[in-house]
Amino acid sequence: MDTHLSRLRWHCRRGMKELDVVLTRYLEVDYPQASASERRAFESLLEMQDPDLYCYLVGRAALPEDPETAHVLKKLAQHRH
Amino acid sequence: MSAYQFIDHTFDVVVVGAGGAGLRATFGLANSGLSTACITKVFPTRSHTVAAQGGISAALGNMGEDDWRWHMYDTVKGSDWLGDQDAIEFMCKEAPAAIIELEHYGLPFSRTEDGRIYQRPFGGMTTHYGKGTAQRTCAAADRTGHAMLHTLYQQALKNEAQFFIEYFAVDLIMENGECRGVVAIDMAEGTIHRFRAHKVILATGGYGRAYFSCTSAHTCTGDGGGMVLRAGLPLQDLEFVQFHPTGIYGAGCLITEGARGEGGILRNSKGEAFMERYAPSAKNLASRDVVSRAMTIEIREGRGVGAQQDHIFLHLEHLGAATLAERLPGISETAKIFAGVDVNKQPIPVLPTVHYNMGGIPANIHGEVVTNRNGVVDTVVQGLMAVGEAACVSVHGANRLGSNSLLDLVVFGREAARHCEETVKPGTRHRPLPADAGDFAVSRIDKFRNAKGTRKTADIRLDMQRVMQNHAAVFRTGDSLQEGVKKLDAVFGAFADVSVADRGLIWNTDLIETLELDNLLGQALGTMNSAANREESRGAHAREDFKDRDDVNWMKHTLSWVDEKGDVKIDYRPVHLNTLTNDVEVVPPKARVY
Repeated sequence: MDTHLSRLRWHCRRGMKELDVVLTRYLEVDYPQASASERRAFESLLEMQDPDLYCYLVGRAALPEDPETAHVLKKLAQHRH
Repeated sequence: MSAYQFIDHTFDVVVVGAGGAGLRATFGLANSGLSTACITKVFPTRSHTVAAQGGISAALGNMGEDDWRWHMYDTVKGSDWLGDQDAIEFMCKEAPAAIIELEHYGLPFSRTEDGRIYQRPFGGMTTHYGKGTAQRTCAAADRTGHAMLHTLYQQALKNEAQFFIEYFAVDLIMENGECRGVVAIDMAEGTIHRFRAHKVILATGGYGRAYFSCTSAHTCTGDGGGMVLRAGLPLQDLEFVQFHPTGIYGAGCLITEGARGEGGILRNSKGEAFMERYAPSAKNLASRDVVSRAMTIEIREGRGVGAQQDHIFLHLEHLGAATLAERLPGISETAKIFAGVDVNKQPIPVLPTVHYNMGGIPANIHGEVVTNRNGVVDTVVQGLMAVGEAACVSVHGANRLGSNSLLDLVVFGREAARHCEETVKPGTRHRPLPADAGDFAVSRIDKFRNAKGTRKTADIRLDMQRVMQNHAAVFRTGDSLQEGVKKLDAVFGAFADVSVADRGLIWNTDLIETLELDNLLGQALGTMNSAANREESRGAHAREDFKDRDDVNWMKHTLSWVDEKGDVKIDYRPVHLNTLTNDVEVVPPKARVY
């Protein structure tokens, strides 16, 4: 088993169900195909506090300047429904 | 069994779980000079308390007159007279001090124009014993839970509590009926740790993930409840599962009760504000079980909305954009993202969704775990305590009121720490652990890690969730519950055939999720059997074949033991129909009408 992937899977465990759903889907669907820099951007998003991450996802905070991070956030948002 | 080595630790007190209750206890313990460890499977600020956006109740009286006795009355009535009145008195009386304390620790509460803590109305909260509407719920915008976790975590660190983060607690270490410690896996290192302590405080939260549609985060797997059952101890009142009236249809994500507190209205397919028929006085602000049942009846009688006529609309558009943005900022976006609607123009499709477990580990007001032993009720289990949603004190009885859960966490987290301060002297010597301490935990780790069956953990979990959703729902009947018992037994049987793919110990999420499923399954069995056993309707437990509350035969707490074969044994504890002091009178049982 890939322990790196398992660790990320655990870090997709959040306090908010909404985030569980979008992060886990990204990890399963998008992450395997993502470029190294996109992966890094996703992993740095996992370090964020739940309400801050949630604010980005729902557009209550302007997307971060880093284009790769903004790109991942947009992708995460595509899975939300 | 392969060789496993323990890494040993010794503390005065070990807390398992770092949500609001666990952190409040941890901070209080460390602050009193006790050496304190807090073991948590996720980073503290990622505990499910973070999702509590609505607020925390306390009769501060900032927005008009209020009295903790009215709060107590509301809570007893909300509990449908299953709550223990001494515990409820304690919680409501302690509430104002607990809130002011949080304010002093730095929790940024929303304020009124003149600088006092702003308080909003919430379902079931009244003044003058049901006559008026109370504004009793304090909030930190829509981040109350997060602000609480952040504040308490900082305070705990400042007081030098030791955190063991991403450690998964597996089992209690028991010796002659006494708890001596707990065994945990360090997920990152793959090492196994044995914690010896004078007291173990379980603050592991609810088991919402036993159901298919729930508002709980994936982490809510009732790990403490599972450990307690395996230690041969009972859980209490598991049949009382709260459905939140307003989970977003499809996604399960929560629309806070604050939406109705600020004036949101539920309507059926005819556009009727139907709550007026079910709760003429409280209407949309009636308590959660009443609203959930009303919605279910509307849907069942063909007045649901949508193509399948299987849900209800929550209207907020009449509140105006300014109020929505100011008072309910999170709601607009959540609705947009997870339901695809603009709340300024369209209603939100909603459905009752599993939200909270009133039941849990039976505990007294100090947090000490109790059981019936040798025919003696309320025997304290030495060394073991429980707080928060994991526990059943019981302040919520058959139904919890909104904004009473955050209050439960801080009041009883604080009291558990105070009790330890009173009963444990810092640095008290520990007896040696028994020779086989921790072997039980290791045998389970070893069994699952090497499980070579044919069924995936996720598939068995899904089977369990479907059975719970279909057979232990808003409305229940004896036949359907008995069918649920049989189906769950089959799921439990299938668990013996589980397969775990990863044989390692480092970040073995497959193993951890299997251990979590084991915890969930025990509580699912306890829930279904307790529900089948209770032949009355009370609070969240609505039996169509026993429509009335039966105080003569059923004003008592259910205790359920679930053994290793999945067999369930039931016994009872009396409801405390007495107050703690003479400051207030008992609220005598009467029909619960809103």
